[in-house]
Amino acid sequence: MNPPTTPTKAEGTAAASGPITPSQVRRVARLARLDISEAELEAVRGSLASVLGYIDRIRSLDLAGVSPLTHASAAGNRLDRDEPGETLTAEQVRAMAPAMDGPFVVVPKVVGGGGEGSA
Amino acid sequence: MSRRPVMSGIEVAAMVSRRERTATQFAASALEAQARCASLNATLAVSTEATMRLAADVDARVAMGERLPLAGVPVLIKDNIATGPDLRTFGDGLGFGGATTCGSRFLETYRSPFSATAMAWLLAAGVVPIAKTNMDEFGMGSSGENSAFGVTRNPWDAARVPGGSSSGSAAGVAAGIAPLALGSDTGGSIRQPASFCGLVGVKPTYGRVSRWGLVAYASSLDQIGPIATCVADAAACLEVICGIDPRDATSAARPSPELLASLELPLVGLRVGMPRQALSEANHASVVTALDAAAAALKSRGVEVVEVDLPHTDVGIAAYYIIAAAEASSNLARFDGVRYGRRAALGPSDSLETLYSRSRAEGFGAEVKRRIMLGTHVLSSGYYDAYYASAQKVRRLILGDYEAAWARCDAILMPTAPSPAFAIGEKTADPLAMYLEDVYTVGVNLAGLPAVSVPAGFAGEGRSRLPVGVQLVGRAFDEATMLRLARAIEQTLDLDLVAPAVA
Repeated sequence: MNPPTTPTKAEGTAAASGPITPSQVRRVARLARLDISEAELEAVRGSLASVLGYIDRIRSLDLAGVSPLTHASAAGNRLDRDEPGETLTAEQVRAMAPAMDGPFVVVPKVVGGGGEGSA
Repeated sequence: MSRRPVMSGIEVAAMVSRRERTATQFAASALEAQARCASLNATLAVSTEATMRLAADVDARVAMGERLPLAGVPVLIKDNIATGPDLRTFGDGLGFGGATTCGSRFLETYRSPFSATAMAWLLAAGVVPIAKTNMDEFGMGSSGENSAFGVTRNPWDAARVPGGSSSGSAAGVAAGIAPLALGSDTGGSIRQPASFCGLVGVKPTYGRVSRWGLVAYASSLDQIGPIATCVADAAACLEVICGIDPRDATSAARPSPELLASLELPLVGLRVGMPRQALSEANHASVVTALDAAAAALKSRGVEVVEVDLPHTDVGIAAYYIIAAAEASSNLARFDGVRYGRRAALGPSDSLETLYSRSRAEGFGAEVKRRIMLGTHVLSSGYYDAYYASAQKVRRLILGDYEAAWARCDAILMPTAPSPAFAIGEKTADPLAMYLEDVYTVGVNLAGLPAVSVPAGFAGEGRSRLPVGVQLVGRAFDEATMLRLARAIEQTLDLDLVAPAVA
């Protein structure tokens, strides 16, 4: 997928506390590439607000001087030699795609079209 | 009196290896049981033809003199573990050869072109796959109610949940379909359903079991592990699936441990810690009773029980739901409607953006959307430090709690879940209540440690009783000690673990 669109300045500096607002939910849904109808919006906002209200307790902890744990294994990832090996064939990859045109994966027009994703 | 829902995998393998019975006979029985238990909705794809071909293949290998540690053992496979057409006789990719739905509409018609390493190694050891199992979508749930393919029911009480997210694997084993199942555990998804269904469930050390072919939910937490009717079967399965896999960069450079043999080592001199935090007043009375029974069982076998402190247990839930959601939002970005899985119908003027967002809106269920949005939110500009960076620091504190405890003990005993199986529908309206169900399991994943849930008692009596498990947590890569202690609890308590409806 494309990288998320850069939020506008107003969105990016939204208050980092308080209950999540409908406009924040719309923004998050857009970043996550999830269509959310106006009818669903309040239910989604309510459940996110409930969960965020609970996890907010993490923000009141004194974590000064604690180093973040970024990997579950003390050993980190295991490195292998960079050697060619067995992999999926082009045919196997093509067989997974839901829409094909000959050897090509079909997507909506991304250049010169009128959609929001156009360049 | 000790009873199990089905003959143990070790006994099956012994009988098939001695050619007293055939893999084909066991496979036919398992398929019959699967059909009989259809109302539990524990299984998804089933291929009688493919299963019987694989069973015949095992019988042929045994007849040729091949020694197979799990010869003819019927297994169930959680449907986020890829089963592809390279499974020898699953060559057509049909049946459940390719089906790997993750309990999601998004992958309903997806066919995996390959098999998970854990699955391939089990097949090499002689197992016979019976079915893929139902699950909370992409592993996101603690009840089995979040599957696109319907709720799974608990064989002990069909009005109750089997736990989740490995819901069908646990319900299927408890119903006696097979003695063994593969599950996956990101925050308790093997241990909690094992507790709810009267089974043994093991979450191995992070890096112990290859995740190649496991559809990723939260990559710093996910592990594949066994669900079984007894500790010995879980150990036998783990011996097979542990090991170094060049295809998984997180697979640890450690040889597979000899777990079965170590179950027989003496217990005297071992110390087990009980964290003060596990004695919460919020625990159901049956959980307290089970914990006491397990501690007494260990003491009776010469194990010393000491108090330890895990002060960050409570805040673990918050850290877990931040980290798991953040990783999920990233991992599930691959489901875009272009490369595989569901693709929304579009009009001629719809954009690529619309293809992404509509395919995902149609393909994902409510809980998956919630976690993706939560993860996107906590990672977004202005929130990252407050949530994600803080959660990683809490993760360090939780690991530190365990490391301090290892100075006092060899394993930690605590509840698996705060309650026995709850009623279907009881927590679906309140996602937070469902998340709190994981309070005792998530710390283990955050710290990358191994843990096992083993049955230790019941809530209620007679035909209305529900099983209750307790959890033993081990040092990193010391599955052996925790399994030896779990086996002592199992042998000493000697529980009747056959669900009344199954008997």
